Amino acid sequence: MTLASEAPPGGAASGPEALTCRQFVELIYEYLLGGLGAERTAAMNAHLAACPSCVAYLKSYEASIRMGRLALAPSDDLVPAEVPEALVRAVLAARLGA
Amino acid sequence: MLAVNTRPVGDESLIRRLRAGDAEAFEALVRRETPRMLAVARRLLRNDEDARDAVQDGFVSAFRSLGDFAGRCQVSTWLHRITVNAALMRLRTRRRKPEDSIEDLLPGFLEDGHHARHPHEWRDTGEALLSSREDCEFVRSAIDRLPESYRTVLLLRDIEELDTVEVAQALGVSDNVVKVRLHRARQALRTLLAPRFQKGNA
Repeated sequence: MTLASEAPPGGAASGPEALTCRQFVELIYEYLLGGLGAERTAAMNAHLAACPSCVAYLKSYEASIRMGRLALAPSDDLVPAEVPEALVRAVLAARLGA
Repeated sequence: MLAVNTRPVGDESLIRRLRAGDAEAFEALVRRETPRMLAVARRLLRNDEDARDAVQDGFVSAFRSLGDFAGRCQVSTWLHRITVNAALMRLRTRRRKPEDSIEDLLPGFLEDGHHARHPHEWRDTGEALLSSREDCEFVRSAIDRLPESYRTVLLLRDIEELDTVEVAQALGVSDNVVKVRLHRARQALRTLLAPRFQKGNA
C-alpha cells in the first residue's frame, strides 16, 4: 500500500478554489453528468490536471460502470436453458383465472 | 422441463393472435419469454421463489394490458420492462432484511483530504471483458456482494438504464437518495473490482 503522504508535494490542493481528493471523489457523479456548473467543473478539471491519483480513480470509476453493463448485458449464459414447466403452467392458469 | 422453443414468432401476428384470445399463442409466448424474464427477475430479487412470482405477476399484468401494447418496441422488450416493474413491486413489499454497511467499501481519505491509498491504474477493461467468462463472473459476483439497497439502484440505473425519477418512484425514495446510493454503489463496486483489474494484480 502506498500512502498519500508520498503524493507530489502541493499536488491538487493549491489555490483558493482547489479541491481535495475527498471533495473531488464526492463530486464525480455530478461531474460525469455535466451538472456541476462552470466554476466547479473548472475546479474538477484543475484537480485532474494536478492529481494522478484522482485521474486513476476517475478512470476506474468509469470502468466499473462499463464493466457492470458488459457483465450483465443480456446473454445466453444468464438465461436458463430450460423452460420451468411448473411456472409455465402456473402462468397459463393465472391467465385463465385473471 | 422442456427445451426452449426458439422458433422465431413474428411479433405482429403473435400480438394479433393474443388479442384474439388464442390459447396456443399465449403458451408460445410464455414458453419463449419465461427464461429471459426469470433471469431478469432473479437478478433483481436474488431469490428463486420471488423471481418466479414476479414473472407470473408480470405475465398477468401483460395479458391485462395487451390492448395498450402499441407495438413500438419488441414484445420481449415490453415484457422485460414489465418484469422489472413486477420485481420492483416485490422488492418494495417484501420485508427488508438488515443489510451490511457500505462504508467499508468506500474510499478512505486522510485528514488533509488526500487518498488514504493511491488508486492504481487498471488494465484494459473494455469490450475484451466479454471474451473472459471468468472476468464477467467476477464482476457479477462483485455486484451481488453490494448491500441490497445499493445494488438495486445500481442495477436499475446503470444496467436497466431507468432514469433517476423512475427509480425514485419505484423505490419510494427521493431523487437525491437515488443519486447518493448510485454514487456509493459505483464506488463500492470499484473497490471490489480493483484487486482483480488494477495493473500488476491481473
